[in-house]
Amino acid sequence: MSTAPSVLPRPRASQFAAKLRAGDQLAYTLTLICAASIFLVTCLLVYQLWAGSVLSRQKFGWNFIFSSTWDPVKEDYGGVPFMFGTVVTSLVSLLISVPIGLGAAIFLSEMALPGISDALTFLIELLAAVPSVIYGLLGIFLLVPVLESVVVPALKSVLGFLPIFAGPFYGVSLLSASVVLSIMIVPFIISVSREVLLAVPVDQREAALSLGATRWETTWQVVVPYASRGIYGSIFLALARALGETMAVTMVVGNTSKVQTSLLAPGNSIASVIANQFNEATSDMYISALIELGLVLFAITIIINGLARLMILTTGARIAK
Amino acid sequence: MSRRRKIVNAVMLSLTGTCTVFIVGILFIILGYLFWNGARYLNINFFTKLPVPVGESGGGMANAIVGSGKLLLLATLIGVPFGFLGGVYLAEFGTGIFPSMVRYMTDLLNGVPSIVIGIFAYGVVVARMGHFSTFAGGLALGVMMVPIALRTTEEFLRAVPQSLREGAMALGASKARTIATVVIPAAVKGILSGMMLDLARVAGETAPLLFTSLGNTFWSPGWNKPTAALPVMIYTYAISPYDDWHHQAWAAGFVLLALVLLVNIVARQVLARTSHAR
Repeated sequence: MSTAPSVLPRPRASQFAAKLRAGDQLAYTLTLICAASIFLVTCLLVYQLWAGSVLSRQKFGWNFIFSSTWDPVKEDYGGVPFMFGTVVTSLVSLLISVPIGLGAAIFLSEMALPGISDALTFLIELLAAVPSVIYGLLGIFLLVPVLESVVVPALKSVLGFLPIFAGPFYGVSLLSASVVLSIMIVPFIISVSREVLLAVPVDQREAALSLGATRWETTWQVVVPYASRGIYGSIFLALARALGETMAVTMVVGNTSKVQTSLLAPGNSIASVIANQFNEATSDMYISALIELGLVLFAITIIINGLARLMILTTGARIAK
Repeated sequence: MSRRRKIVNAVMLSLTGTCTVFIVGILFIILGYLFWNGARYLNINFFTKLPVPVGESGGGMANAIVGSGKLLLLATLIGVPFGFLGGVYLAEFGTGIFPSMVRYMTDLLNGVPSIVIGIFAYGVVVARMGHFSTFAGGLALGVMMVPIALRTTEEFLRAVPQSLREGAMALGASKARTIATVVIPAAVKGILSGMMLDLARVAGETAPLLFTSLGNTFWSPGWNKPTAALPVMIYTYAISPYDDWHHQAWAAGFVLLALVLLVNIVARQVLARTSHAR
């Protein structure tokens, strides 16, 4: 530490202090290395995806993300069918889960007594802990039969003229995957939105109520806008999870490599095709194309997650002010 | 006008209540259906026997249970030390730009889809060694554990009052000693519960195991062979066309979910109690 030259032997106390400081230094270095390992893992991850997909990237270039052919026999690969399925299932699942999740979050933060709200939130967070393969299992044996016998006939009789509800329904479909996804992501929307709603200062509510607004007007026109960025953040987090979800989707989506406009038709997603075909991939080019799909998925989720974190952080900062 | 506003108020507020009831209802339907089916098909053979070929009755998943245990042990050995020590760094030494970069990166890594982590472990271990192994699966799960282990450790260490640290240092303890003998013991309950939740989360992960530990219909000796795991078995059996296998999948789902929920409930109770005591 000190650079001053000294000829005298150091006093015992300062030697002892130096040793202690050495222990501090050791603790610091050790924990720093462990923290820095996060960077190492992330870099290694990116490197693996980049290096593993080199064959496919060189052969197809940017065409990979614009071509909708996926033909392992002719070794011609394009990612569109899977990107399409990933985006469609995620967006439809958001359409279902955002209104329900936001409604429940409003109820839990604005209406329910604190004790009841905590108990219900506890139950809802348990839903988030259920492994995705269990959702897939229930999707196959519980949800698909219910969709087949009740929901889809009703949908077809009311909205059957729309192209998105056209064609026969075989059970496994983009719609089934979307519904399973929406159940999986709704706990995230509820628990994060409830937190940001609870963080809105009470005087905001009191001011609105004292101006004669009803409870609902207070909530919808004052509290929700105040917390809006955090709520968007929760939706983005949920979206990122839906985009990357593998098992539950692959078990009910049908796994066909075609682009079809009907939600009732079978489809596929990026994560799902990797899970399905990776072990069957016989050629290097095939594996390379699947890894490139992984790279695309990684890029999408990193961007969505990054945005979500920024939104939640900035709302937190605003409320803390 | 005022009447209309009152009606809107009543309708919208009751709708929010309906949403909540709906979601909680789904939870109970899921639990009820799974426990009803699982309990019907669960028997002692499930825990003691190896899987049998289609058509034979009386098989079990003993190898998958042991396989899952081995995978989780490896994951803990990899994920917990890195996560824990990294969390200590962020909470005790973390000021400035580098720690906040670590935090952001950790959150991003936490959001990486599990199937991509599977590709990572495949590239790092399987492709290099030329065969699937328990070790590759354990590595994939371990990497998935790090982000949450790290952030929970940081969170609970930060919650330890500053006065405890000052007290220890005033008595002449070094910083390392203060952390090891005062700060960490004060936060150990929360950290342990967080780690248990983390473990419960990866216990149900299937996607990263598909092309790392693969699966196995027999026992998997050592750490260098493919191994069966409960979540992968549920997947394989559920998508098969055989009724016998479906029954096994239900039993396995029941066991897995019971374990995961049990750990969750216990750990969350402990967490709730520690945060109330604060």
